[in-house]
Amino acid sequence: MRSAAGKTLAIVWKDITSEMRTKEIATSLVAFALLVIVVVSFTLEPGQNTSSIAAGILWVAFTFAGVLGLSRSFVIEKDKGCLQGLMLCPVDRSILYLGKMLSILAFMIVVEAIILPVFIVLLDQSGFPPQLAVIALLATIGFAAVGTLFSAMAVNTRAREVMMPLLFLPVASPVIIAAIKSTGLVLSGESWGAIASWLGVMAAFDAIFLAVSPLVFEFVIEE
Amino acid sequence: MNGAAAQTDGYAIEVKRLIKAYGEHYALRGIDMSVKWGEFLAIFGPNGAGKTTLLKVLATIVKPSSGGVSVAGFDLREDAVKVRHRIGVVFHQPLLYDDLSAYENLRFYGRMYEVPDLKDRINQLVAQVGLESRLHDPVRTLSRGMQQRLAIARALIHDPPILLLDEPGTGLDQQASAMLADIIISTLTKQRTVIMTTHSLEQGAALGNRIMIMADGKIAYEESKQLDISSLREVYYQHTGVKN
Repeated sequence: MRSAAGKTLAIVWKDITSEMRTKEIATSLVAFALLVIVVVSFTLEPGQNTSSIAAGILWVAFTFAGVLGLSRSFVIEKDKGCLQGLMLCPVDRSILYLGKMLSILAFMIVVEAIILPVFIVLLDQSGFPPQLAVIALLATIGFAAVGTLFSAMAVNTRAREVMMPLLFLPVASPVIIAAIKSTGLVLSGESWGAIASWLGVMAAFDAIFLAVSPLVFEFVIEE
Repeated sequence: MNGAAAQTDGYAIEVKRLIKAYGEHYALRGIDMSVKWGEFLAIFGPNGAGKTTLLKVLATIVKPSSGGVSVAGFDLREDAVKVRHRIGVVFHQPLLYDDLSAYENLRFYGRMYEVPDLKDRINQLVAQVGLESRLHDPVRTLSRGMQQRLAIARALIHDPPILLLDEPGTGLDQQASAMLADIIISTLTKQRTVIMTTHSLEQGAALGNRIMIMADGKIAYEESKQLDISSLREVYYQHTGVKN
């Protein structure tokens, strides 16, 4: 167990160290998400009740920035054959999945932590409701869990940039819809009780994909 | 030796009626072979002969369509993780992360293989492949020859009893290729089994104590004694129709 955790963390350490050198994934994710929020914020009138629209804007930005990051994460592995290097390591394929999933999760959480304050200011929201952090975390876990799987699948296809969103978005739609709905409710001042069912949907989605994805990852990456 | 202690009786590698098909295309068409402990098998063959596919199957990267494969006494399907503990693999791509240094790459792979006294092991290997002065440089700043030397250090980090080399000299100039061959020779121990695919008949004949020629997914020729280079060229032409 300790050995599996150590190997998972070694993969996370390797991805984070590489990313800190190049800032390739984080820069493109932050730039894309900021661009979406800034551009769309100009379409809203000051004083307008924007809670449901704002929720949509926020998750469009996170979703498409996430798709960009997910694609890059496995392209880096594929470029110099490093995915084969990982596959040669004496670990169960599920460890490779968990390592890559946690790396992607870490990148997305950092990007969201940068974007959320900008979103609150630009879309004239009153403060930062703590529920938003829970929604973002649950949705991002689901996003990373399913995204890691489809990113590994798409990287072996010829049109991987097109294939990734085509495969991923339909499957991730329950978690995206739940995130948008619950964010809208939170931004319009609703309490925890109002979003409980949406949080349940996201938690169930996360649990299903965290249980299934490591098991099928082997079939996705092996020829 | 880390993995050699595990099993040195019987064959290092046994392959029975191995078939690998991609849809309608057969990359391997019924391979039967066995490799003894301590043997150095050089495999030749034109592009598309199935050499790389065979090595990828032995390396547990590609799943066989049918047939039996045992590596170091472990069944490939049942004990893939145990097999991976006992093999080191060098492909023509170095499988290294460009943005990490040579040291960081070796440390990462060392952690994945749970190598004890990792720092000492890295220093020992880096000295063996002659990269001490570039240890903390990013891999992307190393020449192709240096990257392949580092790839050998990566493959040996856990001191595996079986080494699989898939055209390790591809893209290297003569000097770098000769240096790589010297390093490969320096890594040989009494019990280490090596399988190397190569297009260079000279290099393969010089290093191997057994040769094999593959063509069209099958073993076309096998010889346990060393051949002189002109005889090898003739045999290669007879079985592949390609002049080398």
